[in-house]
Amino acid sequence: MSGNYRGVFVDGLWRNNVVFAQMLALCPLMAVTTTATNGLGMGLATTGVLLTSNVVIASCRDLISQEVRIPVFVLLIAALVSLADMAINAWLHELYKVLGLFIPLIVVNCSVLGRAEVFASKRAVLASAVDGLAMGLGYTLALILIGGCREILGSATLFAHASLLLGDGFAFLETTLIPQYKGFLLMLLPPGGFLVLGFLLAGKRATERRWERRAAGRSKAVTRAQQSPSAV
Amino acid sequence: MNLWFLKPEYRQRLGYHVVLLGGVALLTSAAIGVANHLTRADIAQRQLEDLQVTLQQVVPANYYDNDLVRDTVTVDHGGQPLVVYRARRAGQVQAVCYQISAPGYGNTAMVIAIGVDRNGTLLGTRVISHNETPGLGDKIELGKSDWILIFTGRSLNDPQPAKWAVKKDGGVFDQFTGATITPRAVVKAVKTGLEFFAAHRALLLDEAAPGSIAGQPAASGGHN
Repeated sequence: MSGNYRGVFVDGLWRNNVVFAQMLALCPLMAVTTTATNGLGMGLATTGVLLTSNVVIASCRDLISQEVRIPVFVLLIAALVSLADMAINAWLHELYKVLGLFIPLIVVNCSVLGRAEVFASKRAVLASAVDGLAMGLGYTLALILIGGCREILGSATLFAHASLLLGDGFAFLETTLIPQYKGFLLMLLPPGGFLVLGFLLAGKRATERRWERRAAGRSKAVTRAQQSPSAV
Repeated sequence: MNLWFLKPEYRQRLGYHVVLLGGVALLTSAAIGVANHLTRADIAQRQLEDLQVTLQQVVPANYYDNDLVRDTVTVDHGGQPLVVYRARRAGQVQAVCYQISAPGYGNTAMVIAIGVDRNGTLLGTRVISHNETPGLGDKIELGKSDWILIFTGRSLNDPQPAKWAVKKDGGVFDQFTGATITPRAVVKAVKTGLEFFAAHRALLLDEAAPGSIAGQPAASGGHN
Protein backbone atom coordinates (compact mmCIF):
# COMPACT_ATOMS: atom_id res chain seq x y z
CA MET A 1 0.00 0.00 0.00
CA SER A 2 2.74 2.46 0.99
CA GLY A 3 4.62 1.53 -2.16
CA ASN A 4 1.51 2.46 -4.10
CA TYR A 5 1.39 5.94 -2.56
CA ARG A 6 5.08 6.32 -3.22
CA GLY A 7 4.37 5.66 -6.90
CA VAL A 8 1.65 8.31 -6.83
CA PHE A 9 4.14 10.80 -5.41
CA VAL A 10 6.85 9.94 -7.93
CA ASP A 11 4.20 10.39 -10.65
CA GLY A 12 3.19 13.80 -9.37
CA LEU A 13 6.65 15.16 -8.72
CA TRP A 14 8.59 13.72 -11.64
CA ARG A 15 7.30 10.98 -13.95
CA ASN A 16 3.91 12.49 -14.70
CA ASN A 17 4.54 16.07 -13.58
CA VAL A 18 1.71 18.47 -14.54
CA VAL A 19 4.05 20.82 -16.37
CA PHE A 20 7.05 18.75 -17.43
CA ALA A 21 5.21 15.60 -18.51
CA GLN A 22 1.52 16.40 -19.02
CA MET A 23 2.28 19.91 -20.38
CA LEU A 24 -0.90 21.20 -18.78
CA ALA A 25 -1.72 24.44 -16.99
CA LEU A 26 0.78 26.45 -19.03
CA CYS A 27 -1.41 29.55 -19.26
CA PRO A 28 -1.39 30.42 -15.53
CA LEU A 29 2.23 29.28 -15.47
CA MET A 30 3.38 31.84 -18.06
CA ALA A 31 1.35 34.54 -16.35
CA VAL A 32 2.67 34.18 -12.81
CA THR A 33 6.19 32.78 -12.99
CA THR A 34 8.05 36.06 -13.20
CA THR A 35 9.35 35.47 -9.69
CA ALA A 36 9.84 32.34 -7.61
CA THR A 37 7.61 33.84 -4.92
CA ASN A 38 4.69 34.26 -7.31
CA GLY A 39 5.20 30.69 -8.45
CA LEU A 40 5.12 29.47 -4.88
CA GLY A 41 1.91 31.37 -4.12
CA MET A 42 0.13 30.10 -7.20
CA GLY A 43 1.42 26.58 -6.57
CA LEU A 44 0.16 26.48 -2.99
CA ALA A 45 -3.28 27.81 -3.98
CA THR A 46 -3.53 25.25 -6.78
CA THR A 47 -2.44 22.43 -4.48
CA GLY A 48 -5.22 23.30 -2.04
CA VAL A 49 -7.84 23.26 -4.79
CA LEU A 50 -6.46 20.05 -6.36
CA LEU A 51 -6.55 18.27 -3.02
CA THR A 52 -10.12 19.31 -2.15
CA SER A 53 -11.50 18.76 -5.64
CA ASN A 54 -9.95 15.27 -5.79
CA VAL A 55 -11.42 14.39 -2.38
CA VAL A 56 -14.89 15.73 -3.25
CA ILE A 57 -15.00 14.02 -6.63
CA ALA A 58 -13.62 10.73 -5.35
CA SER A 59 -16.15 10.63 -2.53
CA CYS A 60 -19.11 11.01 -4.88
CA ARG A 61 -17.65 9.08 -7.81
CA ASP A 62 -20.31 6.33 -7.52
CA LEU A 63 -23.09 8.86 -7.99
CA ILE A 64 -21.66 10.55 -11.06
CA SER A 65 -22.73 8.92 -14.29
CA GLN A 66 -20.36 8.65 -17.21
CA GLU A 67 -22.38 10.81 -19.60
CA VAL A 68 -22.59 13.99 -17.53
CA ARG A 69 -19.36 13.65 -15.56
CA ILE A 70 -17.49 16.54 -17.21
CA PRO A 71 -20.12 19.24 -16.49
CA VAL A 72 -20.46 17.86 -12.95
CA PHE A 73 -16.69 18.09 -12.42
CA VAL A 74 -16.60 21.61 -13.84
CA LEU A 75 -19.43 22.69 -11.54
CA LEU A 76 -17.77 21.19 -8.48
CA ILE A 77 -14.34 22.67 -9.25
CA ALA A 78 -15.74 26.10 -10.03
CA ALA A 79 -17.76 26.07 -6.81
CA LEU A 80 -14.72 25.01 -4.77
CA VAL A 81 -12.58 27.78 -6.22
CA SER A 82 -15.29 30.35 -5.57
CA LEU A 83 -15.65 29.16 -1.98
CA ALA A 84 -11.89 29.31 -1.48
CA ASP A 85 -11.79 32.80 -2.99
CA MET A 86 -14.49 34.11 -0.66
CA ALA A 87 -13.18 32.38 2.44
CA ILE A 88 -9.61 33.61 1.95
CA ASN A 89 -10.85 37.12 1.18
CA ALA A 90 -12.94 37.23 4.33
CA TRP A 91 -10.80 35.44 6.89
CA LEU A 92 -7.22 35.43 5.57
CA HIS A 93 -7.25 38.87 4.07
CA GLU A 94 -3.49 39.46 4.26
CA LEU A 95 -2.91 36.31 2.23
CA TYR A 96 -5.67 37.33 -0.17
CA LYS A 97 -3.87 40.56 -1.00
CA VAL A 98 -0.98 38.46 -2.30
CA LEU A 99 -2.80 35.42 -3.71
CA GLY A 100 -6.07 37.12 -4.63
CA LEU A 101 -4.99 37.58 -8.21
CA PHE A 102 -4.17 33.88 -8.66
CA ILE A 103 -7.16 32.18 -7.08
CA PRO A 104 -9.73 32.84 -9.85
CA LEU A 105 -7.09 31.68 -12.36
CA ILE A 106 -7.25 28.19 -10.86
CA VAL A 107 -10.67 27.65 -12.45
CA VAL A 108 -9.03 27.64 -15.86
CA ASN A 109 -6.26 25.32 -14.71
CA CYS A 110 -7.03 22.25 -16.80
CA SER A 111 -4.89 20.01 -14.61
CA VAL A 112 -7.55 20.14 -11.89
CA LEU A 113 -10.17 18.79 -14.29
CA GLY A 114 -7.56 16.40 -15.66
CA ARG A 115 -6.90 14.82 -12.26
CA ALA A 116 -10.65 14.57 -11.60
CA GLU A 117 -11.12 12.72 -14.87
CA VAL A 118 -8.04 10.52 -14.84
CA PHE A 119 -7.66 9.70 -11.15
CA ALA A 120 -10.30 10.86 -8.68
CA SER A 121 -13.31 9.57 -10.61
CA LYS A 122 -11.92 6.03 -10.52
CA ARG A 123 -10.03 5.69 -7.23
CA ALA A 124 -10.64 5.70 -3.49
CA VAL A 125 -10.81 8.93 -1.52
CA LEU A 126 -7.46 8.60 0.28
CA ALA A 127 -5.56 7.68 -2.88
CA SER A 128 -7.18 10.62 -4.66
CA ALA A 129 -6.17 12.95 -1.84
CA VAL A 130 -2.57 11.74 -2.11
CA ASP A 131 -2.70 12.17 -5.87
CA GLY A 132 -4.06 15.71 -5.55
CA LEU A 133 -1.34 16.59 -3.06
CA ALA A 134 1.42 15.02 -5.17
CA MET A 135 0.26 16.66 -8.40
CA GLY A 136 -0.11 19.99 -6.62
CA LEU A 137 3.37 19.76 -5.15
CA GLY A 138 4.76 18.80 -8.54
CA TYR A 139 3.08 21.84 -10.06
CA THR A 140 4.38 24.05 -7.23
CA LEU A 141 7.88 22.72 -7.78
CA ALA A 142 7.67 23.42 -11.52
CA LEU A 143 6.36 26.94 -10.89
CA ILE A 144 9.13 27.72 -8.38
CA LEU A 145 11.76 26.30 -10.74
CA ILE A 146 10.59 28.26 -13.77
CA GLY A 147 9.88 31.36 -11.67
CA GLY A 148 13.32 31.11 -10.09
CA CYS A 149 15.11 30.78 -13.43
CA ARG A 150 13.20 33.70 -14.93
CA GLU A 151 13.77 35.80 -11.83
CA ILE A 152 17.51 35.12 -11.73
CA LEU A 153 17.96 35.83 -15.44
CA GLY A 154 15.47 38.67 -15.64
CA SER A 155 16.14 40.66 -12.51
CA ALA A 156 19.03 38.88 -10.71
CA THR A 157 17.04 38.30 -7.54
CA LEU A 158 15.59 35.15 -6.01
CA PHE A 159 12.43 34.90 -3.91
CA ALA A 160 11.98 38.68 -4.01
CA HIS A 161 9.13 39.83 -1.74
CA ALA A 162 8.79 36.37 -0.20
CA SER A 163 8.06 38.00 3.14
CA LEU A 164 4.89 39.54 1.67
CA LEU A 165 3.62 36.03 0.97
CA LEU A 166 5.02 33.97 3.82
CA GLY A 167 5.43 36.53 6.58
CA ASP A 168 8.44 38.42 7.86
CA GLY A 169 10.05 35.23 9.16
CA PHE A 170 10.87 34.27 5.60
CA ALA A 171 12.67 37.49 4.71
CA PHE A 172 15.94 35.50 4.69
CA LEU A 173 14.81 33.83 1.45
CA GLU A 174 15.01 37.12 -0.41
CA THR A 175 18.32 37.24 -2.22
CA THR A 176 19.78 39.79 -4.57
CA LEU A 177 22.41 38.16 -6.73
CA ILE A 178 23.72 41.15 -8.65
CA PRO A 179 22.95 44.50 -6.95
CA GLN A 180 23.26 46.80 -9.98
CA TYR A 181 21.63 44.50 -12.51
CA LYS A 182 20.13 46.21 -15.55
CA GLY A 183 17.41 43.61 -16.04
CA PHE A 184 16.78 41.22 -18.89
CA LEU A 185 13.27 42.09 -20.02
CA LEU A 186 12.75 39.13 -22.34
CA MET A 187 12.92 36.68 -19.45
CA LEU A 188 10.12 38.45 -17.60
CA LEU A 189 7.80 38.51 -20.61
CA PRO A 190 5.95 35.37 -21.77
CA PRO A 191 8.61 34.38 -24.37
CA GLY A 192 11.10 34.05 -21.53
CA GLY A 193 8.72 31.67 -19.82
CA PHE A 194 8.53 29.47 -22.90
CA LEU A 195 12.32 29.54 -23.30
CA VAL A 196 12.93 28.48 -19.70
CA LEU A 197 10.23 25.82 -19.93
CA GLY A 198 11.82 24.47 -23.13
CA PHE A 199 15.29 24.22 -21.61
CA LEU A 200 14.00 22.61 -18.41
CA LEU A 201 11.97 20.10 -20.45
CA ALA A 202 15.02 19.22 -22.50
CA GLY A 203 16.99 18.82 -19.30
CA LYS A 204 14.40 16.47 -17.83
CA ARG A 205 14.31 14.34 -21.00
CA ALA A 206 18.10 14.13 -21.09
CA THR A 207 18.25 13.08 -17.45
CA GLU A 208 15.62 10.41 -18.00
CA ARG A 209 17.49 9.07 -21.02
CA ARG A 210 20.72 8.89 -19.05
CA TRP A 211 18.93 6.95 -16.30
CA GLU A 212 17.43 4.56 -18.84
CA ARG A 213 20.80 3.92 -20.41
CA ARG A 214 22.35 3.32 -16.99
CA ALA A 215 19.55 0.93 -16.05
CA ALA A 216 19.91 -0.94 -19.34
CA GLY A 217 23.67 -1.14 -18.81
CA ARG A 218 23.23 -3.05 -15.58
CA SER A 219 23.02 -6.80 -15.84
CA LYS A 220 19.53 -8.19 -16.02
CA ALA A 221 20.33 -10.72 -13.33
CA VAL A 222 20.80 -7.95 -10.79
CA THR A 223 17.45 -6.44 -11.73
CA ARG A 224 15.72 -9.80 -11.45
CA ALA A 225 17.33 -10.45 -8.08
CA GLN A 226 16.05 -7.07 -6.84
CA GLN A 227 12.51 -7.68 -8.07
CA SER A 228 12.03 -11.27 -6.95
CA PRO A 229 11.65 -10.71 -3.14
CA SER A 230 8.82 -8.20 -3.60
CA ALA A 231 7.15 -10.48 -6.18
CA VAL A 232 7.05 -13.33 -3.64
CA MET B 1 -24.12 -0.13 -3.15
CA ASN B 2 -27.65 -1.16 -2.08
CA LEU B 3 -29.11 2.18 -3.02
CA TRP B 4 -31.37 1.91 -6.04
CA PHE B 5 -29.86 4.88 -7.86
CA LEU B 6 -26.42 3.36 -7.76
CA LYS B 7 -27.44 0.47 -9.96
CA PRO B 8 -25.83 0.88 -13.36
CA GLU B 9 -29.10 0.57 -15.26
CA TYR B 10 -30.57 3.59 -13.44
CA ARG B 11 -27.42 5.61 -13.88
CA GLN B 12 -27.74 5.33 -17.62
CA ARG B 13 -31.25 6.76 -17.79
CA LEU B 14 -31.72 10.27 -19.12
CA GLY B 15 -33.76 11.23 -16.08
CA TYR B 16 -30.89 10.36 -13.78
CA HIS B 17 -28.52 12.61 -15.73
CA VAL B 18 -30.95 15.49 -15.52
CA VAL B 19 -31.48 15.03 -11.79
CA LEU B 20 -27.76 14.61 -11.14
CA LEU B 21 -26.68 17.65 -13.11
CA GLY B 22 -29.53 19.75 -11.76
CA GLY B 23 -28.86 18.55 -8.23
CA VAL B 24 -25.15 19.35 -8.41
CA ALA B 25 -25.88 22.76 -9.91
CA LEU B 26 -28.40 23.45 -7.16
CA LEU B 27 -26.06 22.22 -4.44
CA THR B 28 -23.06 24.19 -5.62
CA SER B 29 -25.10 27.37 -6.10
CA ALA B 30 -26.57 26.91 -2.63
CA ALA B 31 -23.08 26.45 -1.19
CA ILE B 32 -21.84 29.60 -2.92
CA GLY B 33 -24.94 31.49 -1.79
CA VAL B 34 -24.42 30.45 1.81
CA ALA B 35 -20.70 31.25 1.63
CA ASN B 36 -21.48 34.64 0.15
CA HIS B 37 -23.91 35.34 2.97
CA LEU B 38 -21.38 34.24 5.58
CA THR B 39 -18.46 36.19 4.16
CA ARG B 40 -20.12 39.33 2.82
CA ALA B 41 -19.97 41.31 6.05
CA ASP B 42 -16.37 40.25 6.69
CA ILE B 43 -15.26 41.07 3.15
CA ALA B 44 -16.95 44.49 3.30
CA GLN B 45 -15.24 45.11 6.65
CA ARG B 46 -11.84 44.08 5.23
CA GLN B 47 -12.33 46.35 2.22
CA LEU B 48 -13.26 49.23 4.50
CA GLU B 49 -10.10 48.57 6.53
CA ASP B 50 -8.08 48.50 3.32
CA LEU B 51 -9.62 51.81 2.32
CA GLN B 52 -8.78 53.30 5.71
CA VAL B 53 -5.19 52.09 5.43
CA THR B 54 -4.97 53.62 1.95
CA LEU B 55 -6.41 56.93 3.09
CA GLN B 56 -4.06 57.03 6.06
CA GLN B 57 -1.13 56.55 3.71
CA VAL B 58 -2.00 59.49 1.50
CA VAL B 59 -3.20 61.87 4.21
CA PRO B 60 -1.04 62.24 7.35
CA ALA B 61 -2.89 61.71 10.61
CA ASN B 62 -2.33 65.27 11.86
CA TYR B 63 -4.52 66.60 9.04
CA TYR B 64 -7.81 65.34 10.42
CA ASP B 65 -9.79 64.49 13.50
CA ASN B 66 -12.90 63.16 11.72
CA ASP B 67 -13.79 59.74 10.36
CA LEU B 68 -12.73 60.48 6.81
CA VAL B 69 -14.06 57.21 5.41
CA ARG B 70 -17.57 58.50 6.11
CA ASP B 71 -17.11 62.19 5.20
CA THR B 72 -17.48 61.95 1.46
CA VAL B 73 -18.68 64.00 -1.46
CA THR B 74 -19.34 62.52 -4.88
CA VAL B 75 -18.26 64.60 -7.85
CA ASP B 76 -18.71 63.95 -11.54
CA HIS B 77 -15.35 63.32 -13.18
CA GLY B 78 -15.43 62.82 -16.93
CA GLY B 79 -18.87 61.23 -16.75
CA GLN B 80 -17.93 58.94 -13.85
CA PRO B 81 -18.89 59.54 -10.24
CA LEU B 82 -15.79 60.00 -8.11
CA VAL B 83 -15.98 59.63 -4.34
CA VAL B 84 -13.83 62.16 -2.50
CA TYR B 85 -12.95 61.62 1.16
CA ARG B 86 -12.51 64.80 3.18
CA ALA B 87 -10.07 65.16 6.02
CA ARG B 88 -11.31 67.80 8.47
CA ARG B 89 -9.71 69.31 11.50
CA ALA B 90 -12.01 71.34 13.74
CA GLY B 91 -14.67 71.18 11.02
CA GLN B 92 -12.54 72.71 8.29
CA VAL B 93 -11.44 70.58 5.36
CA GLN B 94 -7.65 70.35 5.50
CA ALA B 95 -7.12 67.80 2.78
CA VAL B 96 -9.02 65.54 0.42
CA CYS B 97 -8.22 62.19 -1.04
CA TYR B 98 -9.68 60.22 -3.89
CA GLN B 99 -8.89 57.42 -6.29
CA ILE B 100 -8.09 58.16 -9.91
CA SER B 101 -8.24 55.35 -12.39
CA ALA B 102 -6.16 55.56 -15.55
CA PRO B 103 -5.14 53.22 -18.35
CA GLY B 104 -1.73 51.65 -17.75
CA TYR B 105 0.38 49.37 -19.90
CA GLY B 106 -1.78 47.57 -22.46
CA ASN B 107 -4.76 49.77 -21.56
CA THR B 108 -5.55 47.83 -18.40
CA ALA B 109 -6.90 49.94 -15.59
CA MET B 110 -4.71 51.10 -12.75
CA VAL B 111 -6.13 52.82 -9.70
CA ILE B 112 -4.14 55.47 -7.85
CA ALA B 113 -5.11 57.08 -4.56
CA ILE B 114 -3.95 60.63 -4.09
CA GLY B 115 -4.14 62.95 -1.13
CA VAL B 116 -4.12 66.73 -1.71
CA ASP B 117 -4.01 69.44 0.92
CA ARG B 118 -6.15 72.57 0.65
CA ASN B 119 -3.43 74.42 -1.27
CA GLY B 120 -3.28 71.79 -3.96
CA THR B 121 -0.02 70.20 -2.78
CA LEU B 122 0.26 66.44 -2.96
CA LEU B 123 0.44 64.81 0.46
CA GLY B 124 0.82 61.31 -0.87
CA THR B 125 0.19 59.00 -3.79
CA ARG B 126 -0.27 55.23 -3.78
CA VAL B 127 -1.07 52.73 -6.49
CA ILE B 128 -4.02 50.71 -5.25
CA SER B 129 -4.40 48.19 -8.04
CA HIS B 130 -2.80 47.63 -11.40
CA ASN B 131 -2.15 44.98 -14.03
CA GLU B 132 1.39 46.00 -14.90
CA THR B 133 4.03 43.42 -15.79
CA PRO B 134 5.23 41.75 -12.58
CA GLY B 135 8.90 42.43 -12.00
CA LEU B 136 8.83 45.43 -14.32
CA GLY B 137 5.92 47.81 -14.06
CA ASP B 138 5.09 46.77 -10.53
CA LYS B 139 7.86 48.99 -9.14
CA ILE B 140 5.09 51.55 -8.82
CA GLU B 141 3.97 49.66 -5.70
CA LEU B 142 5.45 51.01 -2.49
CA GLY B 143 6.18 47.46 -1.31
CA LYS B 144 8.58 46.97 -4.22
CA SER B 145 10.15 50.36 -4.77
CA ASP B 146 9.79 53.83 -3.26
CA TRP B 147 9.38 55.42 -6.69
CA ILE B 148 5.79 56.44 -5.99
CA LEU B 149 6.98 58.82 -3.22
CA ILE B 150 8.54 61.25 -5.74
CA PHE B 151 5.20 62.99 -6.09
CA THR B 152 4.89 64.02 -2.45
CA GLY B 153 5.11 67.80 -2.08
CA ARG B 154 4.51 68.44 -5.77
CA SER B 155 1.61 70.49 -7.09
CA LEU B 156 0.16 71.52 -10.41
CA ASN B 157 2.66 74.39 -10.72
CA ASP B 158 5.62 72.51 -9.28
CA PRO B 159 6.96 71.45 -11.71
CA GLN B 160 5.50 73.58 -14.51
CA PRO B 161 2.67 71.81 -16.41
CA ALA B 162 4.95 71.08 -19.37
CA LYS B 163 7.42 69.33 -17.06
CA TRP B 164 4.75 67.02 -15.61
CA ALA B 165 6.18 64.04 -17.48
CA VAL B 166 8.83 61.37 -17.18
CA LYS B 167 12.41 62.37 -18.02
CA LYS B 168 12.27 60.52 -21.31
CA ASP B 169 9.47 62.87 -22.39
CA GLY B 170 11.33 65.97 -21.20
CA GLY B 171 9.77 66.08 -17.77
CA VAL B 172 11.24 65.89 -14.28
CA PHE B 173 10.09 62.48 -13.06
CA ASP B 174 12.33 59.41 -13.22
CA GLN B 175 11.19 56.40 -15.17
CA PHE B 176 12.63 53.04 -14.18
CA THR B 177 14.67 50.54 -16.11
CA GLY B 178 12.75 48.52 -18.65
CA ALA B 179 9.47 50.31 -18.19
CA THR B 180 8.55 53.74 -19.45
CA ILE B 181 4.89 53.30 -20.21
CA THR B 182 3.91 52.50 -16.64
CA PRO B 183 5.57 55.53 -14.98
CA ARG B 184 4.27 57.71 -17.80
CA ALA B 185 0.75 56.51 -17.07
CA VAL B 186 1.15 57.15 -13.34
CA VAL B 187 2.50 60.67 -13.91
CA LYS B 188 -0.41 61.42 -16.22
CA ALA B 189 -2.92 60.03 -13.73
CA VAL B 190 -1.51 62.06 -10.85
CA LYS B 191 -1.59 65.20 -12.97
CA THR B 192 -5.20 64.45 -13.91
CA GLY B 193 -5.93 64.06 -10.22
CA LEU B 194 -4.47 67.49 -9.44
CA GLU B 195 -6.41 69.07 -12.30
CA PHE B 196 -9.56 67.49 -10.88
CA PHE B 197 -8.78 69.14 -7.54
CA ALA B 198 -8.17 72.52 -9.18
CA ALA B 199 -11.43 72.30 -11.12
CA HIS B 200 -13.57 71.40 -8.11
CA ARG B 201 -11.61 73.02 -5.31
CA ALA B 202 -14.41 74.99 -3.67
CA LEU B 203 -16.78 72.03 -3.74
CA LEU B 204 -14.20 69.59 -2.42
CA LEU B 205 -13.17 71.90 0.41
CA ASP B 206 -16.81 72.40 1.34
CA GLU B 207 -16.45 76.16 0.93
CA ALA B 208 -19.31 76.72 -1.45
CA ALA B 209 -21.74 76.35 1.45
CA PRO B 210 -23.75 79.44 2.46
CA GLY B 211 -22.10 81.62 5.07
CA SER B 212 -18.60 80.69 4.06
CA ILE B 213 -16.27 82.42 1.65
CA ALA B 214 -18.33 81.36 -1.36
CA GLY B 215 -17.92 84.69 -3.15
CA GLN B 216 -14.19 84.40 -3.27
CA PRO B 217 -12.93 82.93 -6.53
CA ALA B 218 -11.37 79.54 -6.09
CA ALA B 219 -7.62 79.92 -6.23
CA SER B 220 -5.91 77.46 -8.46
CA GLY B 221 -3.58 74.98 -6.83
CA GLY B 222 -0.44 76.01 -5.04
CA HIS B 223 0.38 79.49 -3.83
CA ASN B 224 4.01 78.75 -3.18
